[in-house]
Formats: sequence, structure tokens, C-alpha cells
Amino acid sequence: MSSNYPQSVSKGIDWLVVWLYAILVTIGIVCIFMVEYRPDTTTVNSFFSGNTNYSKQILFTGICVIVATFIILSDSKLYTAFANLFYVFGLLLMIATFFIGKNINGSRSWIPLGSGFNLQPAELCKVFAALALAKYLSQTETDFTKLRSQIIAAAIAMVPALLSIFQNETGLAIVYAGFFIVMYREGLPGIILVIGFSLGVLVVATLVIAPNTLAIILTIIAALIIYILWRQIKRNRGILFTIMLIWAICVGIQRFAVPYMFNGVFQCYQSQRIYSMVGKDYDCSQNRHAQEETILGRSVIKPDDYNVRQSKIAIGSGGLLGKGFLNGTQTRGQYVPEQHTDFIFTSLGEAFGFAGSFVFLGLYLLLLFRIIRIAERQRSAFSRVYAYSVASILFLHIAINICMTVGLFPVIGIPLPLVSYGGSSLLTFTALIFILIRLDADRQMVLR
Amino acid sequence: MPVYNQSRSRTIKIIFIIVFLIIIIQLLNLQILSSEYKLQAESNAVYRKVIYPDRGIIYDRKKKAILENIIMYDLMVTPSEIKGTDTDTASLCTILGIDSAEFRKKIIACIVKNSSYKPSVFEPLLSQELYARLNENLYKFSGFYITERPVRAYPYHSAAHVLGYLGEVDTNFLKRHKGEGYESGDYAGMTGLERTYEKVLMGQRGVSRFIRDNKSRIQGPYKNGLIDTAPIAGRELYTSMDIELQQLAEKLLQNKIGGLVAINPKTGGILAMATGPTYDPNKLTGKERRKNFGALITDTARPLLNRAIKGQYPPGSTFKPMGALVALDEGIITPSYGYPCSGAYYACGRPVKCTHAWRGHAANLRLALANSCNAYFSNVFRMTIDNPAYPNAQAGYIKWKEYMNAFGLGVKLNTDIPGEDDGNIPDTAAYNKDFGGFARWNSCNILTLGIGQDRMLVTPLQMANVMCIIANKGYYYTPHFVDSIENENTADTSLINKYRIKHTVTHISDSSFEAVQLGMQDVTIYGTATIARIEGVNICAKTGTAQNPHGKNHSIFVAFAPREDPKIAIAVVIENAGYGATWAAPIASLMMEKYLKDSIAGAKRNAEVERISKADLIPPAIKNWYRVRDSLRLAKLQIDANAAPVFENNIETSKRVTYDPEAEPNRKDDKDSTSSKKDILKPEEKKIKKDTANHE
Repeated sequence: MSSNYPQSVSKGIDWLVVWLYAILVTIGIVCIFMVEYRPDTTTVNSFFSGNTNYSKQILFTGICVIVATFIILSDSKLYTAFANLFYVFGLLLMIATFFIGKNINGSRSWIPLGSGFNLQPAELCKVFAALALAKYLSQTETDFTKLRSQIIAAAIAMVPALLSIFQNETGLAIVYAGFFIVMYREGLPGIILVIGFSLGVLVVATLVIAPNTLAIILTIIAALIIYILWRQIKRNRGILFTIMLIWAICVGIQRFAVPYMFNGVFQCYQSQRIYSMVGKDYDCSQNRHAQEETILGRSVIKPDDYNVRQSKIAIGSGGLLGKGFLNGTQTRGQYVPEQHTDFIFTSLGEAFGFAGSFVFLGLYLLLLFRIIRIAERQRSAFSRVYAYSVASILFLHIAINICMTVGLFPVIGIPLPLVSYGGSSLLTFTALIFILIRLDADRQMVLR
Repeated sequence: MPVYNQSRSRTIKIIFIIVFLIIIIQLLNLQILSSEYKLQAESNAVYRKVIYPDRGIIYDRKKKAILENIIMYDLMVTPSEIKGTDTDTASLCTILGIDSAEFRKKIIACIVKNSSYKPSVFEPLLSQELYARLNENLYKFSGFYITERPVRAYPYHSAAHVLGYLGEVDTNFLKRHKGEGYESGDYAGMTGLERTYEKVLMGQRGVSRFIRDNKSRIQGPYKNGLIDTAPIAGRELYTSMDIELQQLAEKLLQNKIGGLVAINPKTGGILAMATGPTYDPNKLTGKERRKNFGALITDTARPLLNRAIKGQYPPGSTFKPMGALVALDEGIITPSYGYPCSGAYYACGRPVKCTHAWRGHAANLRLALANSCNAYFSNVFRMTIDNPAYPNAQAGYIKWKEYMNAFGLGVKLNTDIPGEDDGNIPDTAAYNKDFGGFARWNSCNILTLGIGQDRMLVTPLQMANVMCIIANKGYYYTPHFVDSIENENTADTSLINKYRIKHTVTHISDSSFEAVQLGMQDVTIYGTATIARIEGVNICAKTGTAQNPHGKNHSIFVAFAPREDPKIAIAVVIENAGYGATWAAPIASLMMEKYLKDSIAGAKRNAEVERISKADLIPPAIKNWYRVRDSLRLAKLQIDANAAPVFENNIETSKRVTYDPEAEPNRKDDKDSTSSKKDILKPEEKKIKKDTANHE
């Protein structure tokens, strides 16, 4: 292998993914530049000064190029061999944040690295969880048709998610739900996804429709199904029982579980964000956390939908072709909070309009499809599972982040992959993608 | 391994596509289908700054600027940017002469009005001294800065009513002038030429657009200033006014109530238009504006009322030349027609007295005019109304009224300053009502119309215009101020073209005018107004003494000169001042001398100017009001100095307060004040009028 070293390194590398990666990172830097551009202070020098976010992002990109090079140069066996070790290391880092973590924006999920840089282990843990899941599912002794294996696989994916929730990083936790897509591909019964989706619809319906009306609607649906399936029910009483059970669960969720979640589990601001998504106002006085705060004499600030409103205004004002590079008035006026990180899509949507956004989303979709194609051409289950993990994580990030900026999803802080400002995030996605490229380059090998 | 699950890859792809499609649909909705977000973005981020052009200057006929623009300074504050300790603001308070409580009150007012991120006016129109002191120290007070504001100044301190004043536009104004670029806080012409020519004078505002951030801080020009417009300065107005003549007129009207109009008969250009009492136009600019306006609008002598166009007086004997013209034109009399007056007109029962009783003082028209024979003109009027050419007195009257309206009486002349009144030439309907039915009246009932009394009312402007007609032998140009506009465009032309149209008054022959002119010339040679004579100039004039049931007679004088080549026509009304020859005639004479000879010659004439300007003819009732007001003010000072009167600055207001029975007992108000109207209209009153008919 070492004899024809230069050739073997580039051999088998999927250049399309590399190019898409490069294009998206460049778009990211351009977007961050648009956010921070000030005609009177911006000079060529400010790109390299390290004082501005875009110059920092360029620096991060440089680091990522080095990391990517290392990954490409590394042996793909490394990842199968150390997958579990990485995973445990990641979990330890996350636990460590509870002791040495730095509080940024209300979540103790950052480990200070000095000179102003911080690392978010929860981000890196996505890579490790993907590797660990791949490792587990590719083991010959794993029979994924068995419930036990399914539970273990779910546990591998969910432990970092739980830790994220404890870190008050709900957004990152939701991303781990992406692993269910992977498990679905590997044989998890499809009914689980259907149930998950139905649950989502039920929760939204609970928020939108008055409780009694919804209960009546559910009852009518149940009655209709019983009427349609009457013949089968005659033969098999079990069906009737199942329908009644599902009905009871639905009503239970609608009547008790959802209100409990919103009033008892979520913070006031979280409930409000979800409520404002469907255009409703949440009454914070019902919230248990808010009540506790009030008793302690601290007033609870209810967030308005300023973020989303401004984000929608910025994107909406872009029109068909956008206002042009550096001409975004909302971007220049700093109307959208957190625009360089979570709301970076707004600067693109405003400057380049619907056409630009369409092309941008097209690039993402191309990347996702390419990764799925890569996944399906793998001989080794490890590589395939890992590739699906990458696709799923990217997909959830993209979908949730953009839905959030256009007002289709409650505001939760998750970055747009490769585009949002942030070293941890960029590094994580670089590692995710380049490990995949490395594994794909060695697709002829059978990895366990 | 589970290759059999490969079909699920497609399911996953479909899920991806569905989610992306949902996003695309939402983007389509936000970016293309809904325009709401574009508008919101505009209002968010684009700051529109209006740049005010210099307002146009108004010049007199010798190209002297009657008014000019000066720069005054406003102290502005952006409340959010105020930093520093109490001691800093305390020193600012010391400079401004306010205490810290007042300071806080003002800041809160600014925040309420304009939010704390936007600049608001903290102290408007700083005095020069205050400006200098503030400018030195301003660097210490963050959040405060000084802006320039152009303000009108009037170097001649005169022509207040002609020029008019500027006022802050109110919501009504904004509603009326939608789409003309006005914004609340702007100033616009409220009266006078400033109002009529507002569009010319205001120029075109420039608009600069800036991008502002979420805290309203300016980030730079919007679209690199490509759609910004530069301000275009207001254009200049060239008027026919002679500012020195105007100053003289105002000087002569000092301490008097009345009006004066001087017109160049050849062009209709108004040379001077004065009203008494008047005010210094500089009072309504600058810092004291509000206070001064309050004082002016509550003044019972109505200094805001332009009596030259809004004062309505019975013309008295000054009407006689017109009566003669109508009769001559109708062929009822000839210049040689005489009336054997023996001291009164007896034909209608109660006699109408005449100043002269000697035989032959009304032997022909010329003599009758010079001697102002009441009997002669009462008779001529009756003959006009009872003209056998018409079936009845009513038809005769209608014909007579047609003449009057053609002379510009009883109708608005539509001069170029707003607020003109149309006087009164009654309808037959009015007399039908007075006398209880159609044709229940005859020429005897309305006899005193023939000597400019009864219900006839005219404004000084109308009287001066009649003089123009007689001077020109039958035509006039609508009296106006503005001769030309700088860089006149079609819109301007439509505005001032009506002042360039020659109006021919019926077709009275030159010989009729000739006869009347000769009679009017004799007035100043041996008649009632020898006092008005000017060396070397043939003046045609007529005095008038309008009787007035509530006080002393109004002194009225109309004239034009020189007779051969008329250059000036003038009308003067001094309220409650007695005979026309006593006050109005010398004033008109001095005015004509000043205009025709460019200066007033000789110590004697100049002493006359001083004598008249110092004469105080304000009725005692008004003086008493001033006395009461001053003593009340003194008492009020001790109680509360802060109760400023309501500030209303529009023409409607001045219309509302035009009428004051004390100052103008003979004034017939148009619609609003019905109670006082009745005093004049009652038939019983008419009888008294006939008794005390005027004599000259």
C-alpha cells in the first residue's frame, strides 16, 4: 500500500461529496461575511484579523482541512476498531461538562479550550454515536430483527441525547432522533416511524384544536374504523380491543400527557415557542417551572416570536431573486438575532431570494442523495450504517434549522451543517463526512 | 446481511424529498406569494430622511427681498444615547435655564412622542447666545446635538398680512394634501402669499434613504443612494408690491383700525395693502411664536384680520361715481343733468339731507360729484331703478345689480391672497324678505343705496379696484401681488394667468368716464377733499363718510392719479374716524405722493406723516378692553403664568374670529354670527339710517 502511496490515497475518494462539502463551507463563509459586513470598517485585512466571525470561520475551515486530510490519510480500520472507545470517550466528555462546563446562553455544554475557543462535546458525540451504532449493527452476532438488539441500538443512540437534554441543549438531542431513520433502514419495523409521526400529528392537533372537540373527533375516527372493519372484528375480537386501546391512548395523550409535558416538563419559553409555532399563545402561569420561579420572586420572561418574525421578514423580503450580495437590509440592520449561527439561512434567503434558496437546498439534497447512494454501494454493514447515520444527522439538522427559520418548526438552537458559524459544528460535520469518504474509499474491504 | 431492506432506501429518499418540498413551498409562500414581508422589511430597515429645500423668496417691484430665510438651531436629543452622571445633565440644565425635574419631564415627553432611539426636538429655535454657549459645551453631553432649521425673517417688519405666516401642518392639512410629500412636523404657508403660492415656494423636498439597524442607527445609504432625490429650492416670487410704500401705509395706519389698498391700475398689481392694527411678521417666527400667536388671536382689535380684503364697509359717498356711471350708460342722465337740491331730498317722505343748500351746487354731474350732493345721487339712483325701459323697480334693480357685480362689487375678486370677502350687493330676494313679499318695495325703500348706504358693503380692495376701472375708463385686471414666478411652468401659469386677463366692464363709453373723472378731479380742486391735493398732479378722488349706528362714522377715501395717465388707484378706510376728508384723504394723498414722486417732499408734508401716524383713533371700547386685559394679565401673573391659549393656525380660525361688533359695527357677517346681523337688517333700523343720512 505504501509503495504507490499518492495514488492510493486519492483512489476511491468520492470527489462529488468533497466538492459539495467545499461549496457549502464557502457559502457558509460568504453568508457570515454578509451578516457582518460594514462598508466603512470592512477591509481585506479584516478577513485575516481573527476579530470577525467570518475570519474565525476561515480559521476553523483551515483546521478542518487539516483534520480532513488526517482522516483521509488514516486507515479506515481505525474507525471500526476504536468506535466503542470513541463513543465512551465522547460520553465522558459530555459528563465532564457538568463539572468543568462553561455556561453559554444558558446551557452548560461547552468545555473551554482557552484563547476564546470552546468545544461542545455534544456535537462531536454525534460522530462517535454514529460510529458506535455502526459498529454494533455490523456485528455478526447482532440480529436486528430481535427486540433486544433494537433496544440496545436505540440505547446507543439515545444516551448522548439524554445527556444533551440534561445539558439544556434540547435542539441537539432532537438530532439523535435521526438514528431511527438508520435503524429503520436496518430493519426496524416501519410501524415505529408511523407511530412516531402519528404522535407528532396528535400533539400538534392537541395544541390547535380545543380538547373536547379533539376527543370527539378521535372517537368518531375510532367509530368509523370499527364500522369499516366490522367483518374482521366479528371474526377476531382482538382487533376491536386494539382499536379501543389505541383510542384510549390517543385520548390519554391528548388529555393528560401533552398538557403535562407543556406545563410540567418544558420550561415556559419552550412551551411558548412550540405554541407560537402553531400561532397560539401559551399561558405561562400554568407552567410548573414558571410557578416555582414566581414563588421564588423571579419574574418569568416569556419570549415573543421576535426571532421568527424577523427571520421570516428577512427571508420573505428577498423575493424571487433576492436583494443581491451585501444588499440585504435586514441583514445589515441586524434585525435577526443569532443570524451568523442558527439563523444563517436568513442572510442567504434575503440576499439571493427564492432562486438562491432553491439552488442552496438543491445542493443539500444532492449531498444527501449522494450519501445514500454511497451507503447502498457499501459491502460492509458498518460503512452502510455509518453512511446512513451521516445522511440522517445532516438531514435532521438541515430540515429542523431551515424549518425553524421559515417558521415551520419551533425555535431550537441547532446549526445549519457546514454553513452556520461555529468551530465545533464545522469540525463535527467535517469529521462525519470525511470519515464516510475514507470508509467509502475502502468500500472493497470488509469492515467489522 | 439485511440487503432485503434495500427498498427502504427509497422510502428514506422520499421522506427527504417531501420535507424539502415542504420547505420549498413555505419559501414560495414567504418570498413570492406574500408581499407583506417586503413591506415589513421596508418599514424595518429603510429610514427615509427628508431634506428640506430653501423656501422661495418674495421680492417687491424693485427686486428687494421682502422676506428671507435665516438659519435657526434646534437642540435635538436621542434619549437612548444619553450617558453620564447627574452632574453632566445638571450643567446642561444650567445652560438651558431649566431644573432637573423639567429636564426629566422633557426627556420623557420625547420618548413618548418619538421612542428613545429616534431623535426628537428637545429645545426648538435656540437664541443666538444660547446656541453659542451650547455649541461650546455640547461634546460633554452625549445624545444631544444641534440641527439647523431654516426660518423666515422679515427685514422690513411689514406686510405681515400679505405675506402670511407659516405653521406646522395638522392632520387635516395632511389629509387634504396627501401625496404631496408633507409629513407631520412640516411647516406650510397658512395664510397670505405663503399659502396661495405654497407649491411654488416650498420647492421640492429631497429624500435620502438610509439603512438603519434594529436600534435605528444609520448603517449607510440604501441602494447606494441611487433612488435618492436631491432637494430643489423653492422658486422666487416677483410681486408688484412696493415695500417702502407698504411701510409708509403701515406707519400711517398705526393706532387706527381700517384698511388700505393701492393698486397700479394698468396692471392690477397691488402696490400696497395695509390693515390696522397689524403686527410685525417676525413675531410669528422663532421661539416666541406660540406666545405671540396666542396674544394676537385673542386681541379684540383683531390684528390677524386683514381688513383690506375682509373688512366690509358701506362705501358711503365713494359710491357716487358708480351711480353716475350706471345712469350715464343707461342713458338716464347726461353730464349736464342737474338737480335743484335745496339742502335735502324730499321725494321719498323722510328727507335725505345734503351738506350744501345753495342753489346750483348740483347744477350738473361734475358739480354734483365735486360737492357730493346726496339729493342729486338719490334722485339719479331712483331714476335708474325706475327706468321706464324695465317693467318694474325690481327689474331695474336687477339691472343695477348687474352693473355692480361687473364693477366687482358684491362678488369676490379672487385676488391671490386667501380669505377675501365679497362684500354685499343685496339680492332682490333679500329685499323681498325685508319688506314682506315680492315687489312690496320700490326705489324709495332702498333709496340710500344710491349714496352707498343701506345694505351695501364693500371691501377696501373692491373700492380700489373700482378706482382702477374709472381710471382705466372701463377695464381692470384682477388685483394681485405676484407678477411673475421664477422659471414659470405650466402649473404656475394656470395659477397666475387669471391675473393677466383684461376684464372689460360692460361697455360704458369713454365720454361717461370722462365726465365722472372731471367731477372727481374737482373734488380735490374745490370739492370735499382739497386736503388731498398734491402739487403738480391731477388727482381724481371721492371722499366718503359711512354712517355707523354704533359709533363714529368711518372715514373713507378713494382716488386715482394722475388723471391723464393713471399710475395709482387707492382706497383708504379708517374706522370710527369721522369725515373722509379728515383722515382717509390725507393718508391716501401721502401714499400717492410717495408713489408718484418716489418720496414725500418738504418739511410740511413729512410733518403730516408724523402727525397722522401718531394720531390714535382706536375706539374707546377697544382701549378699555386693553386696559382690562393688562390688569387681568397682571393679576394672572401672580396666579399662574402658564395658561397659554390654544394654538390654532389655519385660515378657518381667522375666519371664525373676523367679526367684532365693537370694531366694525357696520360689518355684515356672512353666515356664522346671525345675532349681530339682525341689528343691521331690521327695517326699523333702516328708518334711522335715512334720518341720519350722510352729508358731505
